[in-house]
Amino acid sequence: MLAYLLRRLLYAIPILIGVNLLTFALFFVVNTPDDMARLQLGAKHVTPEAIGRWKVEHGYDKPLLLNSAAEGSAQFTDTIFFQHSAAMFAFEFGKGDDGRDIGNEIKKRMGPSLAIALPVFVIGLLVNITFALLMVFFRATYLDLWGVVGCVVLMSISGLFYIIAGQYFIASLWKLLPISGFSGGIDGLPFILLPVLVSVVAGIGGGARWYRTIFIEEIGKDYVRTARSKGLSEVRVLFRHVLKNGMIPILTGAVVVIPTLFMGSLITESFFGIPGLGSYTIDAIQAQDFAVVRAMVFLGSVLYIVGLILTDLSYSWVDPRVRLQ
Amino acid sequence: MSELLRVDQLVTEIGGARIVDGVSFEVAAGETYALLGESGCGKSMTALSLMRLLPDGGRVVSGTVQLNGEAVLALPESEMRRVRGGGMAMIFQEPMLALNPVIKVGEQIAEALVLHQGLRGQPMQDAARALLDAVGVPDAARRLDSYPFELSGGLRQRVMIAMALAGQPKLLIADEPTTALDVTIQAQVLDVLRHLRAERRMGMLLITHDLGVVAENADRVGVMYAGELVEEGARDVFFATPQHPYSRMLFDALPRPGDGGRLTTIPGQVPRLDEALHGCRFAPRCPFAIARCRLESPLWQEINGQRVRCHLAGTLPLRMLQQAGEHSIPAQSAQRLLQVDGLKVHFPVRRGLIQRTVGYVRAVDDVSLSIQAGHTLALVGESGCGKTTVGKALLRLIEPTAGSVALNGETLGTHNLSSLRRQMQMVFQDPFSSLNPRMRVADILLEGMDALKVGKAGDRRDAVAKLLQQVGLPDDAGGRYPHAFSGGQRQRIAIARALAISPRLLICDEPTSALDVSVQAQILNLLKDLQDRLGLAYLFITHNLAVVDYLAHAVAVMYLGRIVEHGAAADVLRAPRHPYTLALVSAVPRIEPHSGESIIRLAGDQPSPLNPPTGCHFHPRCRHASAVCRQTYPDQTDLGSGHWVRCHWVAGQV
Amino acid sequence: MNIQPVILWTDALIFALLVGVLVLAWGISRHEHLRAPWGVVARRPMAMGAALVLSVFVVIGLLDSLHYREKLAGSQADKPHYSVEVLSAFDALVGTLRTQHEKTYSAPLAMQLYAKEFVEHDGVTRREYPRLQFGGAHLDDAASRMPDITRRSAVGLAQGLALSLLLFGVLAGWQAHRTQVSLGEWLARWGEGRLGWPGRTVVGVLTLLLLLAGVLVHLATAYHVFGTDKVGQDVLYISLKSIRTGLVIGTLTTLVTLPLAISLGIAAGYFRGWVDDVIQYVYTVLNSIPGVLLIAAAVLIVQVYIESNPDLFDNAAARADVRLLALCLIMGMTSWTGLARLLRGEALKLSTLDYVDAARAFGVSHTRIISRHIFPNVFHLVLIAIVLDFSGLVLAEAVLSYVGVGVDPSMHSWGNMINGARLELAREPAVWWQLGAAFAFMFTLVLAANLFADGVRDAFDPRMGSRR
Repeated sequence: MLAYLLRRLLYAIPILIGVNLLTFALFFVVNTPDDMARLQLGAKHVTPEAIGRWKVEHGYDKPLLLNSAAEGSAQFTDTIFFQHSAAMFAFEFGKGDDGRDIGNEIKKRMGPSLAIALPVFVIGLLVNITFALLMVFFRATYLDLWGVVGCVVLMSISGLFYIIAGQYFIASLWKLLPISGFSGGIDGLPFILLPVLVSVVAGIGGGARWYRTIFIEEIGKDYVRTARSKGLSEVRVLFRHVLKNGMIPILTGAVVVIPTLFMGSLITESFFGIPGLGSYTIDAIQAQDFAVVRAMVFLGSVLYIVGLILTDLSYSWVDPRVRLQ
Repeated sequence: MSELLRVDQLVTEIGGARIVDGVSFEVAAGETYALLGESGCGKSMTALSLMRLLPDGGRVVSGTVQLNGEAVLALPESEMRRVRGGGMAMIFQEPMLALNPVIKVGEQIAEALVLHQGLRGQPMQDAARALLDAVGVPDAARRLDSYPFELSGGLRQRVMIAMALAGQPKLLIADEPTTALDVTIQAQVLDVLRHLRAERRMGMLLITHDLGVVAENADRVGVMYAGELVEEGARDVFFATPQHPYSRMLFDALPRPGDGGRLTTIPGQVPRLDEALHGCRFAPRCPFAIARCRLESPLWQEINGQRVRCHLAGTLPLRMLQQAGEHSIPAQSAQRLLQVDGLKVHFPVRRGLIQRTVGYVRAVDDVSLSIQAGHTLALVGESGCGKTTVGKALLRLIEPTAGSVALNGETLGTHNLSSLRRQMQMVFQDPFSSLNPRMRVADILLEGMDALKVGKAGDRRDAVAKLLQQVGLPDDAGGRYPHAFSGGQRQRIAIARALAISPRLLICDEPTSALDVSVQAQILNLLKDLQDRLGLAYLFITHNLAVVDYLAHAVAVMYLGRIVEHGAAADVLRAPRHPYTLALVSAVPRIEPHSGESIIRLAGDQPSPLNPPTGCHFHPRCRHASAVCRQTYPDQTDLGSGHWVRCHWVAGQV
Repeated sequence: MNIQPVILWTDALIFALLVGVLVLAWGISRHEHLRAPWGVVARRPMAMGAALVLSVFVVIGLLDSLHYREKLAGSQADKPHYSVEVLSAFDALVGTLRTQHEKTYSAPLAMQLYAKEFVEHDGVTRREYPRLQFGGAHLDDAASRMPDITRRSAVGLAQGLALSLLLFGVLAGWQAHRTQVSLGEWLARWGEGRLGWPGRTVVGVLTLLLLLAGVLVHLATAYHVFGTDKVGQDVLYISLKSIRTGLVIGTLTTLVTLPLAISLGIAAGYFRGWVDDVIQYVYTVLNSIPGVLLIAAAVLIVQVYIESNPDLFDNAAARADVRLLALCLIMGMTSWTGLARLLRGEALKLSTLDYVDAARAFGVSHTRIISRHIFPNVFHLVLIAIVLDFSGLVLAEAVLSYVGVGVDPSMHSWGNMINGARLELAREPAVWWQLGAAFAFMFTLVLAANLFADGVRDAFDPRMGSRR
């Protein structure tokens, strides 16, 4: 087990290097640091000195990939790519365009993101599994048929609609909950209720449908017939046999999402004014703050790889066939 | 004996087809009733109807089922649950699929105990362990905590039996319980079933297609065809004089030893059950059919205590009892076509951080054999012995680790692959996965010719037509897709595909294992014909000793990657010497009663090829094992005329 | 010529795709085993109804892809000058719908602006809701509005119904003649649903569509059916124009995704070994970057590129078009990983099957094995992925436009409509129609696509049975 974990972690390093290279290529191959400086400084006529100053300020004054002027290994290390990427591996993200330390911002904003994303994940999982089980229990009846159609309809509605309609009706019209905003602690509860509700409802269509497919596939298998032949009731068969087997793909599919919960939902946070990592990213994208976007990309990749490793681990935890081989 | 189960005019429908059409029979307490038939006859569906476990879309249309006087079909679902497992219990065919893979074995048994006997806590644990003991699972206490995938096929089936017995049922329904198991394991499991049934005085409904299994286990037999019961009788009488033409032809289709000529085949196919059927359902395929058979469905008639539904019952000509023919002695002058020496296929096992090779799975461990032109060598063994790997290694679908293969004196290797491919081809086991479902038959047959550039491009189309004729397929088959054909026809296509490039040797990997007996007979006839006409040699890989008996000139018995006995078919099968071969031959269910031969049963399961026992691989299960068997691998002991074994015990006798 | 045809990049690709699909359809119709699953799709009522709705969208989208520029009035015949504005065949068809602008917001079917202004009546200046220039301009007073609307709707319904009955009659006659039964018999079969294809649903949906069209046509000539937006443009017009954007994104992206996913996925599953490792590495890297971010970053780059090279793109339409194309390209290059992983798993399983072994035993080359044995047996997965992804892409566009990295703001798209209008909900009284129209159209297209995709998936999934 330990060796396996170690191997997966080692594998993560070339992935992160690859991610960095890709991000690097995306930013710098098309736009040289000069172009970036010009864009940031805004004005139509900028002097070369101003560009030069901006570049030094932001660490873009070195060559991109290979510094032929330097000696030995400094040829690789004294470049923009290395300086910026190496720093990222040490989780030093530098400063954003507004001057604030990115690392600090990330730490500050992780909490609000989690405050929304975690309840959505857990509640969503429970709600979707419940609906799926209901549909499977009543399969081949009208309840199931209309349930499936209902799921398709729910799935076809844009997520934006749920948010906007939720905000309009529940907050604006009926004034049950605040439209947006956030505050920490217990009195922050009303602020997260609406985003959580909206996100869970938006996810029912796809989630319940997908889980239903999994359960239907399980219920057609031979061991279910054996369980029935022992005289077990349909409810017991469903909850003890089908659920246990169906949870394997469901859980392992869900676990991969957990680390990305930290990143928060970009859209939800933006609409509801939650000061989380998601809105941080969106603001940075809209303001074209490359440093922040790059940092968020890196963070996202790290978390995704952690998610992959967690998925493998959860497989061995949940499926005895994997654990004992 | 009192009547335990009474089925009266049971009719079951699925998807508009009446798959069980008016079936009636009785099973007495303590009696085994065998329901015999080929695939699609409705025997499994009958069993599922009794338990009311039909798949979605199936329903019992009419009829009654009485278990101990209780009308089962009329019960509300809650009452039925009591009957399931408590009154009658069922065991299924594929134990790997039929057990929940993620719940421990002990818990699965406990479910039934809780439900039917109301046990909890320690008494329940004890009862579960007792059940495992009763079915012969070694180390029962530990096994309770195992998962199904940790057990071998035989053990899993025993667990299923234990689970079925937990509710203390009066009737046990066994749906092809041993079809998926190896022959020696099958013998063990059938023994367990027989023993338990007698001990608990249960009635058993045994569903099978294997006449041998019926002969050794049943008290009474019912033959099903196309959803109807067509014959019924006590076992001895049935085997002595089967009355229905279908039953007779089933017997005749069984491969019997020696070169006795062609097997009887049943032409045509089972009728579709979603159309209305008139008259006797077997009439289109029956050689005795008269006009009345096509118009009027026959009623039950009694003849000497046997019941049969046939207009011609009792008037059919006496069955010519098939004589065991002599094995043909192959002409010695035929040259050696294939020579294999020291073939090894070892798969490395990698563990650890850097994936070091920690060991090898010795799938094939020093196999040598030879085949003469126009002859058949049967490679016999149970699952996991490596026989399929031998076939694939010969064709270099798997790269051998060591050894040499020579065809016609020419050593084959990666340098002359095309020469190898032109002379050797393979027919695979599963007719459903060996043909590309999206390729037309003509294209399938052309593929080999195009790849190996056989003949001129323009002539290949004609070659396809000739091939179709050769294997007995209709001329228009070329334009159709595989799904339009039955299992037996698909296997013919597979044979035609291999023949297309005119090879000298065909490697047949269990080509008839997935087919019904009557269809198997057609394929075996075809293979024999082709051998006679074209002078083909066969490496026939199989576990079915009856087929070996019929088809092979020479036999090699394989166990855990090594050949333990080799010789002419007559010698190895009539007078086997190696303890494993003895056990194998003894385990095959016989139709003729055992003529005083001792019954040899192997204990336990085949060891894993990853960690084979030292010395002679077979010693842990061999009753003749001695100290030297544990230490050294035996040398070849020659028994004359090409018959040799590798066994210390035999060596000591000679 | 009065017009100069303009072929935008996306137009060319759309029509190339259309030709490709038609060729594929012709090829499929010739092979019975390829045709059979489509026959199953054709027999499902929901799928066929959805297909009908989809085809309406497709027709509008195609009409909107034929672009041209009008000749300016007063330019000479030998040296014609054309307008800078690029129009489409669809624009030509709807004519005044495009040009009749109001000043600002107006409610659906209203005759007054939504905002109060100072209006002069016979010398007296009052602050009131001014009359619209075009919407309801023919009305005398407010009281006659409802009756007028009702009258027009009734006429529209009647005409729609008449046209529908006419088409039904033609269909009935043609089909009855083709299957050689009497008209009455065919009608009876149709009524009881015994035609072998879902006749009642198709005719029902067609009738509904024609009724809707009739009402819309009659109302749209006199009113702004869905109101107007901030700059006074008819919301119905914008919604209809947005159809093309959604379609382009849903289809062109797939054009990019497919070659990547198919080649890399099958190669990884079939060859295994280092090929598999490399491809898995590539898609793990791609996957680990959050999709929106990747697209955002890439689009930003393209944006900057466009801005730094203004001479390459001569007019606004071309600029917006290139940005749309770039968006499709980028989305395609970031979303191939899902299908690739699926195909890899399937290719892995298939390459262990006996018929692949048989081909290898004949020495068939790898390329031939992949093209004859692997690809045809995974094609159903590709097809299912195409139709399933379509709706996801259309929905994604809305989100991306909101973030600001979607289509160019000057291009009509539902995402832009939502983006522009969402803050208007907070106004007193709320302006809801632009949002409503955008969501309604998007929902209809996506729902139709999803229902059709369901039908396709059920027909092509070999593990069908009672599982849906």
